[in-house]
Amino acid sequence: MTDTTTEKGVVKAPTGAVGAALEPAPAPRPARLWRGATPWLFLLAPLALLIVFTYAPIANMVAYSFTDWDGVSPELHYTGAENYAELFTRSDLFEVFWVSGYYLAASVFQIVAALYFATILSFNVRFRNFFKGVLFFPYLINGVAIGFVFLYFFQDGGTLDSVLGLFGVETDRAWLGTPESANTSLAAVSVWRYLGLNFVLFLGAIQSIPGELYEAAELDGANRWHQFRYIIAPGIKPVLSLTVILSISGSLSVFEIPYIMTGGATGTETFVIQTVKLAFQFNKTGLASAAAVVLLLIVLAVTWVQRRLVPDDKVDLA
Amino acid sequence: MTRHALARTLVYLSLIAATVVVLLPLAAVVLTSLKSEREMADDSGALALPGNPLNFHNYATAFEDGRMLSAFANTAVILLFAIGGTVLIGSMTAYAIDRFTFRFKKLVVALFLVAALVPGVTTQVATFQIVNSFGMFDSLWAPIVLYMGTDIVSIYIFLQFVRSIPTSLDEAARLDGANAFTIYRRIIFPLLKPAVATVVIVKGITTYNDFYIPFLYMPSEDLGVISTSLFRFKGPFGAHWETISAGAVLVILPTLIVFLLLQRFIYNGFMQGATR
Repeated sequence: MTDTTTEKGVVKAPTGAVGAALEPAPAPRPARLWRGATPWLFLLAPLALLIVFTYAPIANMVAYSFTDWDGVSPELHYTGAENYAELFTRSDLFEVFWVSGYYLAASVFQIVAALYFATILSFNVRFRNFFKGVLFFPYLINGVAIGFVFLYFFQDGGTLDSVLGLFGVETDRAWLGTPESANTSLAAVSVWRYLGLNFVLFLGAIQSIPGELYEAAELDGANRWHQFRYIIAPGIKPVLSLTVILSISGSLSVFEIPYIMTGGATGTETFVIQTVKLAFQFNKTGLASAAAVVLLLIVLAVTWVQRRLVPDDKVDLA
Repeated sequence: MTRHALARTLVYLSLIAATVVVLLPLAAVVLTSLKSEREMADDSGALALPGNPLNFHNYATAFEDGRMLSAFANTAVILLFAIGGTVLIGSMTAYAIDRFTFRFKKLVVALFLVAALVPGVTTQVATFQIVNSFGMFDSLWAPIVLYMGTDIVSIYIFLQFVRSIPTSLDEAARLDGANAFTIYRRIIFPLLKPAVATVVIVKGITTYNDFYIPFLYMPSEDLGVISTSLFRFKGPFGAHWETISAGAVLVILPTLIVFLLLQRFIYNGFMQGATR
């Protein structure tokens, strides 16, 4: 009580009252036991939730994937790897993976565009905050609302046709009518929606590069391209690799936009839509579990590869 | 010099083009939401201006027939409990992991780390059975518990902040006779305010926008949240784009207001959330 450092002074005020209300210090042995139990008391609820809602489902899912369970009946039969065989041999089940290709291609465009806008907005540009806000805002919008906005956009006589009409282009093309056109349109919507997040991540990384580096480079006669190549590019490498991973696993697990807009019709069904349909419409819990396990393994594999390629993935930007 | 000017012009042109691409689809929906049924029928195109720009009739229809009031109420309840729970759980976990050494600590940390890699959409097939077995299916508890229990990102955010609080504060309080719970409640938690703000914003926006979980777990119409209620517009309002548009605008508007008010926090929050 004699030691009055500044820190302690700060602390004393709130604890003083409580400390007085507490019982006198308990005996040493129970105290040590109590201390050992303390962290577990804090972790009780978090760990229970983590195990019940993350690990138990994974374990169950793996178990279901070897059965023919329909999700309701008390009966289920062990079928070995049959579900997995079905998944990889029935072409209509595996085909949905190709739809991810559209989203993967779109995310390449998305990353390049985000990088471009992040770079130019990190320099002095008028109305910078306005442009930053406009580019980021779509990421915050409710997915169902986005789905409707773009259903109207691609509709016959909707926004897109009206805009084309302004330029004298008359089309009566059904934008969501053929698989190629529909998937391209949906992938474009996903670029519209997610570009903002990539952009803000890149911008944050670029802005955390100390300004003196640019000044020094300019003194050395470096132009904008050199500044990008030798200062910005190395500075954002960790964020870039993170973005690539998020894009790949995102492309494989697309659900909201196609489900809301087309319900998976005209060849726009993705792997997750198919899994959800198998599980909750056709009651093929076993097969759906096998599909989910495959997706999970792919996503984990992609993440693992990234960690190996970019070992120092500490994204310390602050 | 002219080359420089040209480059500048191109930069601005690209920014303006991007702005048009982002805002035009939204503007068209706002315009449509203000049109009357007759205006919609005369086929003047999506970009035609509404006759009466203050025609809020469609908003009334969307709000009442689309059951948006109960949707906002349900969303508010879920937000309150899910965010409150996430803040408590995240801060407690972070405190326990950072401030204590205990057996199996490495294992516990690894459990949380690996869980962060598992995409939630993949495991719902089996999560559904567990939620169902607790009798939480088709109740507000299902999304609340799932949002609370599976948010590893906010644990990371709290962990970073707890690390930055000097342990000398804990020790000083302990000398004064405070126990671990008092330290957590009186010292750590109050100092976590910036992290709490971040988690509330990020969690709030993602919860407000989530479609998958309420769609799977709360099929009854009374339990519609804004995502699922808006999704149900598809049936009854089929071709009534003026009503659907009004519903979409009603859902987007709160997000826009929050964004304009809290811009800086939102950028930082999502950056911390994504990069961990």
